[in-house]
Amino acid sequence: MSRFEVVRTGESAPPGSPATQKGVPHRGGEANPSAKALQDKFGSAVKRVEVIWGETVVFVHPPLVHDVIRWLHDDQSQRYDFLSDVTAVEYRDAEVPIEVVWHLRSLPFRRFLRVKAQLPKGQPLEIASVYDIYRSADWLERECYDMFGIRFVGHPDLRRILMWEQYKEGFPLRKDFPLRGRFSRSEQLRQALAQNPEARYSMEELDIADAFAELPQDMRDRLSKGERTGE
Amino acid sequence: MGLTVPSEHRTVAYAPEAQEGWVATRLDFLVNWARANSLWPMPFGTACCAIEFMATAASDFDLARFGMERMSFSPRQADVLICAGRVPFKLAPIIRRIWQQMPQPKWAISMGACASTGGMFDNYAVVQGIDTIIPVDVYVPGCPPRPEGLIYGIRMLQEKVKNERAADKGTRDEMEPDPTSQLYIPPSVIDELGEPFGNSVNQTRSGS
Repeated sequence: MSRFEVVRTGESAPPGSPATQKGVPHRGGEANPSAKALQDKFGSAVKRVEVIWGETVVFVHPPLVHDVIRWLHDDQSQRYDFLSDVTAVEYRDAEVPIEVVWHLRSLPFRRFLRVKAQLPKGQPLEIASVYDIYRSADWLERECYDMFGIRFVGHPDLRRILMWEQYKEGFPLRKDFPLRGRFSRSEQLRQALAQNPEARYSMEELDIADAFAELPQDMRDRLSKGERTGE
Repeated sequence: MGLTVPSEHRTVAYAPEAQEGWVATRLDFLVNWARANSLWPMPFGTACCAIEFMATAASDFDLARFGMERMSFSPRQADVLICAGRVPFKLAPIIRRIWQQMPQPKWAISMGACASTGGMFDNYAVVQGIDTIIPVDVYVPGCPPRPEGLIYGIRMLQEKVKNERAADKGTRDEMEPDPTSQLYIPPSVIDELGEPFGNSVNQTRSGS
């Protein structure tokens, strides 16, 4: 009996404690069983499956990404309940499409799945937002939009998050973006100083009284008993 | 760069002891002594320089020896702004607002290579030296500077404070760039001159 009992996160978790795998091949190896399930379920919408360093990458037809992730999240045999990252990759070659990447993790099954969708250049960079499935997609998609200019259709508040909202120079992580930006230093500084940081981010946003109805029940109970909120 | 001084301050006093009495100079000495030894810093730590700054404030190097143990996290009660770390463009209006909120007399220390020049971050997101936003009194070189370096910069600032004269209002008034001055170079010309060097760090001090 070890000092630390392994906490089983679900009925279907594999036995034993998680351990770092050794001798993982670069390409090939055992694929995540979810990839096979996806191919059975969605057929040709799953374009190809790769296993790189022991992690499974699933290339999905872009219009069906939302359906695929919805199914991965909802299906009881998958239960991908944690979206850890949304990002994009642009390659140097002009003809290689931009890839949008979702990192999904299934805590009950201890699985990791990387879903990719390829958006050809020259067409509008649009993909469905998964905000209605994972709330954590909110800022991740905003960052992806800010840096790559990919529009997530259905995101409730898609605006820049790292650069300021009036930033006019483009999308900094695109390959055609010069390292020092497009404008001169004086123009960059002038525009930066002209931004109004208090336009959206005000103390009212942090006011806990306004958000009282949206708080969890236990927090509302504690607050209603007069516990201080640390304002 | 051409700076205008208000007309009543245009006279240069080359012999201050001939104009000011013994009482005034002694009073200056007293006021400066008090100010220099109770500089309350407004820490503006954005990067690894802030770690060294914390080390400076901690017990080994003990910033309290110089009357600076009271970190003022409100600009209204601060005397010296210590900018430790790189400042991205998104923070530019914020550090300027903090500077404007600080009451006179006030000083600024630019700590480290990034705050002073942008350092190795010669890219689209980082201000190339905070002296393009606010006036800086002391630059502390280093990446990051060791606590001894920062203390040396603080001692330099204390020397500067001790040599100020209350009668010399010019040091305390905000000065605006004067486009009519012959020394004034417009920002566009500075950018143009910097063009052959590829918008490099030393050629892009054109300011706002």
